[in-house]
Parts: sequence; structure tokens; C-alpha cells
Amino acid sequence: MSILIDKKTRVVVQGITGGEGTFHTQRMIEYGTNVVAGVTPGKGGTTHLGVPVYNTLADAVGQTGANASAIFVPPFAAADAIMEAAAAGLSVVVCITEGIPTFDMIKAKAYLQTRPVSLIGPNTPGIISPGKCKIGIMPGHIHTPGSIGIISRSGTLTYEAVQQVSKVGFGQSTAVGIGGDPIVGLKYIDLLKLFKKDRDTEAVILIGEIGGTAEEEAAAYIKKEFTKPVVSFIAGQTAPPGRRMGHAGAIIAGGKGTAKEKMQALEAAGVLVAKSPADIGRKVKEALAKR
Amino acid sequence: MKIHEYQGKQILSQHGVAVPRGEVAETPDRVREIAAKIGPPVVLKAQIHAGGRGKGGGIKVAQSVDEAGVLAGQMIGMTLVTHQTGPQGKVVKRLLVEEALGVARELYLGIVIDRERECPVIMASTEGGMEIEKVATEHPELIFKEWISPAAGLAGFQARNLAFQLGLAGETFKQAVKFLSGLYRAFQATDASLAEINPLIVTSQGNVLALDAKMNFDDNAVPRHPDIQALRDFDEEDPLEVEASKYNLNYIKLDGNIGCMVNGAGLAMATTDIIKYSGGEPANFLDVGGGVTEEAVSNAFKILVSDKSVKAALVNIFGGIVRCDMIATGIVKAAKELGTRIPIVVRLEGTNVELGKKILQESGLSFTPAAGMKDAAKKVVSLAQ
Repeated sequence: MSILIDKKTRVVVQGITGGEGTFHTQRMIEYGTNVVAGVTPGKGGTTHLGVPVYNTLADAVGQTGANASAIFVPPFAAADAIMEAAAAGLSVVVCITEGIPTFDMIKAKAYLQTRPVSLIGPNTPGIISPGKCKIGIMPGHIHTPGSIGIISRSGTLTYEAVQQVSKVGFGQSTAVGIGGDPIVGLKYIDLLKLFKKDRDTEAVILIGEIGGTAEEEAAAYIKKEFTKPVVSFIAGQTAPPGRRMGHAGAIIAGGKGTAKEKMQALEAAGVLVAKSPADIGRKVKEALAKR
Repeated sequence: MKIHEYQGKQILSQHGVAVPRGEVAETPDRVREIAAKIGPPVVLKAQIHAGGRGKGGGIKVAQSVDEAGVLAGQMIGMTLVTHQTGPQGKVVKRLLVEEALGVARELYLGIVIDRERECPVIMASTEGGMEIEKVATEHPELIFKEWISPAAGLAGFQARNLAFQLGLAGETFKQAVKFLSGLYRAFQATDASLAEINPLIVTSQGNVLALDAKMNFDDNAVPRHPDIQALRDFDEEDPLEVEASKYNLNYIKLDGNIGCMVNGAGLAMATTDIIKYSGGEPANFLDVGGGVTEEAVSNAFKILVSDKSVKAALVNIFGGIVRCDMIATGIVKAAKELGTRIPIVVRLEGTNVELGKKILQESGLSFTPAAGMKDAAKKVVSLAQ
């Protein structure tokens, strides 16, 4: 099993004819993802990479029965693309775009409130259920099917964790990048709830970073009702306060959002916290041996 | 992005927020002119991107036009050190010359984005002139908050709630309500990430004005506000950080001697973490972007080695779908062009990793290959000693 996406997921790519859209759609198709449609306003009726292109998402969904989307549109148009996807009734929307203004996301999330959609990102590598479906830009070949769920605010640091997990002999059930922006769709807790119900996920890796309090909220939830082993690493232990560390959301503001606070909260919730990013794989092994 | 106080006040004033009468000057002569125009006493305020200016001698009151000229002569060109500038301080290039006002009360107003509730929050406090973080820890009951709906904006009742909680009445109350709605308008119209008025003053005549103003903007939104973009002051930023921003690289100068170049923000933070964990001190944070290109690698490398404090460097690239041979070629090219002699530890992962290593080994330059982050950190720490 896996969470959110599987073999049956039918993907529409928003911004399929652009440079990034083209490149990554090709990789997704090669991985075995069922890409059924693309959307580029004004290019409806054409075919791109062997996939039919529509003017609107409503058309694409109506014609192909797509139920998930990947967004590769430029930053100032991306919040609009998210709302279009929600309006068309998709259940999973993965927004890869980095650089969306915060106010645009605030409005998009308010719009999403009344609609039953799972938004992943923005500013995310996407989501992958190894061997089944990949919606995103992560390298498919480093993943192996298995029993570890991964939730992360980062891209390449997630690949690092995936590789370490594979090296100690475990695969991944689903790996999700929730995005590096201050305002994102699904958060740690939403995904922990899904992993809790997923019988094939035996343990979860939670990769966090400085900024905000999402990790602390996750820790409170884990303490209360999450019984599977959780391993964590928090990036930015040496980050100076008040500086934005690459991700728009990675900033210690007003003395809040430090790695130390997050690590303490997670440890207090019984999470195995790796101090070094090189120890994530080893900690997973340790956590599973303890059970 | 940060701006100066005088620039923030200009923006606020355009949105109907009351600010003291004043103008900015770069020479003592100009300061005298403005002081004469406003009429003494006047306040001279050093314009730097850092708080705590008063304690460092960056805010002075002049009782006459002559005194304003003399003080300006001392202040323009001085190096101002505050708790936010670091020990090296910042050189004062401009002064804001403002009317001196009789202050009856000092209050606080601030707007930020509440990441948990996913909307702007406006905070008001009776404890103006203090750091709001301190008030929040010691007297949280003295901070009043209203969360703002992105669709409705700051509602009238919310502004009234805050003004009443600040204990205002009559004409002062009316001015405060107007002030609040103008402040939110300015915040929203400019895609700000912070608008802070500390202190907000009530004058002895009962008027409400922004004595200080601090505005920061959402970097992602700045490109759609050319007027805001034009306010960027490159003198306030580290020269290497300015250079890096030209190539869309995320570079932040740190205090150590081990240079880093990494793809992806999370991995870049984790790399500086593991260097410290292994007993070294990172000289910088440098994220070349998740989908690293040869050009980005080459530019990043130039910035990295132009920092004189760098004694050794660590390149940590998890390529994934990006080809390692392409990255290796970029590194070799940049290193040859620059003729750098510092030892460089390279950790590559991804497609064509073996070919990438071969290119590095056969380059004739001093690269040390590493297997994994732990090995890479250990090697670079020992090379930096």
C-alpha cells in the first residue's frame, strides 16, 4: 500500500508544454506514472509527449478522468493553477513551483478550505510511491518499494534520506515533500494520519528545518496518538537567526523556529532524533530493532 | 527584502498613515536646510538597516539649526554599532531629519504573517519602545491580536477593538482606527512580510503618529513591485551576498573557514550542520538550487573561493537526475579559471557518478573525493586545520 497515490492515479500536468513541464513529464512517464492529460491555456487540441493537451483543467478532467495534478507553471500564475485544480475536483494536487508570493498562497488556501483536495507543496519535489507512481521531480531510480514513510520540507535532503534508508536495507512506502514555503498544503500531521492508517508503513522519517512550528505541532500529535516509530532530522542547527536559509520558510524569526526547540519537542514525544544528517539511516534501523 | 526607515515612512504616508514631518539628507548642509524648514527642535536619525540605533548614538536631538549641522557632521560617516549590526557596525550615509514631538504615550503596532493560521495578524501593545519579543515572553497579556481575513481585509470592528484595548478615546481613538486601516492597506498592497511601528506615539496634543517604521517585503513578491525593488540598498548587504544574488544563488556569509557549495536548501543547511558536528566551522551557506546547472556551479564556485577566510571547501551535490559528469566539468572549469589552491572535498551522488569522479581525478587539481556526507565532513574539517 501507499498513501495518496498508487498505480491507479491518473495525472494531469498543468504547464505541460513549458521547459520544466516537458522535462519532468517525460521522466514521470518513464517511471510508469499514468499521465493522461496536460493543460496549457491556448494549446488545447494539440498533443505533447503523446499526451492530449487541453485549454482548461475542467476539460482535461472531463475528457480523461484525471484525479491528480502536477503543477509546473511560473510563480505568479501558480496559485491560480492550484485554485483551478481544486475547482475541477481533483483529489491530489502537487505544486512543484518555487517562488509563489505568500499573499497568493494565503488566498489560494482560503479558496481550498471548502474543497476536499489534498494540496502538496508548493516548492516541493513532489510525492512518490516507489514502483507505483511518481508525481514530481525527484530521481525515481534511488527509491525502492518498502515500509518507510518519509515526510520532508526539503528536496535533496529527502533524496539523501531515501538513499540512506535504502542502504540499511529498507525501502519506502511513500515519500512526500511538503514544501519549503511558509504556507503549504498538507502538513506533517495530515500525512502522519495517513501513514498511521497505511498498513504497509512500519516507521516514518520526519525531516524538518528551522522556521515556523509545524514540527512542534507534529510532535504534539505523535505524543498523543501516533504509535509507529518515528525518526527525525532537523536542518539548520547552525543557521543564524533572521536569515532566510534558501527556502522561503526557513527562517528563525523573533527567536522562534530554532532547530533546538524542534528537536527537544520531538525527543519529548519519543521520536529518535538524529543530530547528524548522516545518521538518519542508522536511526531507522535502531528504531525498527527496538520494536 | 529590507528597506530604510525613511523609505518605509514614505510608503506608509502614501497609504494615509500619519508620520512626523521630515526629510532625508546626505550632507550636513542639507540637514541644516531641512532643520530650518521644519523648525527646531529636530531629531536626527541615522538610516541603517538595523535596530537599537538610539543606544549606539544613532539618534540625536538638535535644539537649533546650528546644532543640527554640527551633529550631522559627527553622525554622517560614523560607524554605528548596535546589537543588530554585529561588532563591525554599519557606516551611516543618510540622516532622517524630523520634527521633535512631545510624547504622551508610546505604543506598539505590528503586522506579520501567522504561518499557523495562514493569514496576516495585527498585534498591538501598550508597551511601545520595547522589543516585542520581550513583551511576548514577560507580559503576553499586554499584546492584543486580530487575525485578518484575506478576503475581507482588516474589518472596522477589528481596528476599533485594538484601539479600545490600547486605551484610546475621542479624537485619538479615531486617528488610531484610521492609522490601523492605512497600515494594513500598505502591508497588503506592497506584499510586505513585516510592518512594525515601534513606537507608535500619542503626542501631548493627542495625535497618533508612527515615530519609527520598519517594513520588510516577501522576496518572492518583490519582482512584481518595481517601486519596492528600486528601494534595495546594496550598501547594506554583504558584497558576496549581493554578487551571489545576481546569479540567483542563495548565499549567506557565516563566521568559519570551511566553504560549502550544495544543491538544495535543506541539504545545504544539513551540510553546514554536519561540518559543525564534525568539529569545523562553516564559512558560508550556499544553495545552488535543487536542479543544479553547470553555469550555477561555476558561478557559485567563484563566490565561494573569493571569500578570503575560506581555508578548505566542501562541494556536496546530490544530483539525482542531474548528471554528475556535468557538475564535475563545471567545478573543474571554474577551479582552473580561478587558479585556486585551496583543498576541495567533493561528494557527488547521482547519475554518472563514476564518470564525475574520473573527471575530477584526471583534472590535475587537488580534489579529495568523499563517499557520503560523514566522510566528506571529516575530510574537509581535517584539511581546514
